[in-house]
Amino acid sequence: MSVFDIDITVKRPGRRIALSLQADESVVAITGPSGIGKTSVLDAIAGLLRPLEGRIAVAGRVLFDRASGIDLKPEERGCGYVFQDSRLFPHLTVEQNLTFGLRHAEGEALTTLAECADLLGIAHLLARRPRALSGGETRRIAIGRALLRGPRFLLLDEPLASLDDDRREGILQVIERIRDRFALPMLYVSHNPEEVRRLAGKAVAL
Amino acid sequence: MLSPTEWQIVALSLKVSVVAIACVLPLAFALAWVLARKRFPGMLLLDALVHLPLVLPPVVTGWLLLLSFGPRGPVGRLLNDAFGLAFSFHWTGAALAAAVMALPLMVRAIRLSIEAIDTRLESAARTLGAGPWEAFRRVTLPLAAPGVLAALVLGFARSIGEFGATITFAANIPGETRTLPLGIYTALQVPGGETQVTRLALVSVALSLGALVVSEWLARRGAAGERKGHVL
Repeated sequence: MSVFDIDITVKRPGRRIALSLQADESVVAITGPSGIGKTSVLDAIAGLLRPLEGRIAVAGRVLFDRASGIDLKPEERGCGYVFQDSRLFPHLTVEQNLTFGLRHAEGEALTTLAECADLLGIAHLLARRPRALSGGETRRIAIGRALLRGPRFLLLDEPLASLDDDRREGILQVIERIRDRFALPMLYVSHNPEEVRRLAGKAVAL
Repeated sequence: MLSPTEWQIVALSLKVSVVAIACVLPLAFALAWVLARKRFPGMLLLDALVHLPLVLPPVVTGWLLLLSFGPRGPVGRLLNDAFGLAFSFHWTGAALAAAVMALPLMVRAIRLSIEAIDTRLESAARTLGAGPWEAFRRVTLPLAAPGVLAALVLGFARSIGEFGATITFAANIPGETRTLPLGIYTALQVPGGETQVTRLALVSVALSLGALVVSEWLARRGAAGERKGHVL
């Protein structure tokens, strides 16, 4: 049984994006130039975009299968999605953002708020609002929010984009820690070969 | 100080406006949400229908209400038979007229705030395990709150000032449908009624200004809560 068993075609205005991926590695990178549709593929896996056809299974669980009419709702897919634009809720504090999905964590919680805040180095930010945060802090909180939701797998959409080198290294270490600590299946979108080499067991080009 | 009759007018005005706004708010929100988010055939028609009271002469709106909700109107008869609910010549008629006149302003205010919400935040809530209703309750609704607040103030001010539709549909009955504008109008018809006009007009100004001040205070309190993040 593969960790990732994905074969989909996604339709976007004016083009079709196809991804075929069978991987036993728990961290897989999706690479390719910007604008090729990497985010659309992640949206399809998260259930935010319905593929034209195909099948999506992660860790043996079928999330979408056109042939048999399976199409789980986004809230049923158990994914922790770290969006490229973070999408923190502006009306909530950092702590409320982090714990937003806690009530939906499935089974035993992956981590606690305190442990997660410690791991990501964001304990001092809990009372703040998202707009009072720097880019690197925002990204780390988005990662923490996805982890605290108790996901079955993580989708990371260019988590290092538009960060300076110091913060980039900080987030890379965080992702490595998550990989080694929680053994969560991870799909990692990036167009930086160096990151991909360092993090992923396998890479597919779109 | 106000005379007992004047107090009655003020109290009735407040009752009519508060009931009108409270009853019409859920409808205004639903219409605003549909108009902001959904695309369907007949949408232009719905939009036009909602805005009709804004562009029609209020007397015409009142007459249309009389035709449909009056004792012989189809809706009026139905409601009377089913719930014993009478509108014309009754304070509930004044409230209905105020609600209909306030609706377009409220829909506009709420719609703007819903359109300003990034739907990708709702998608984010869904990936965090929230169903559509929970995402609405925990993300959409709080982010639309400033629009709802603006709608309440605008709607209240509009209801307090409602004249044409009310007098046409619910008539000018002391203690039943004689709200502030109708009271002022009536006093103006009476020789020597100027002092009453002045007092009622001052109450009108106070109520409208009061609504503005309260909304400003609420808005600032909300903004201050958000600013706390910067200070810490």
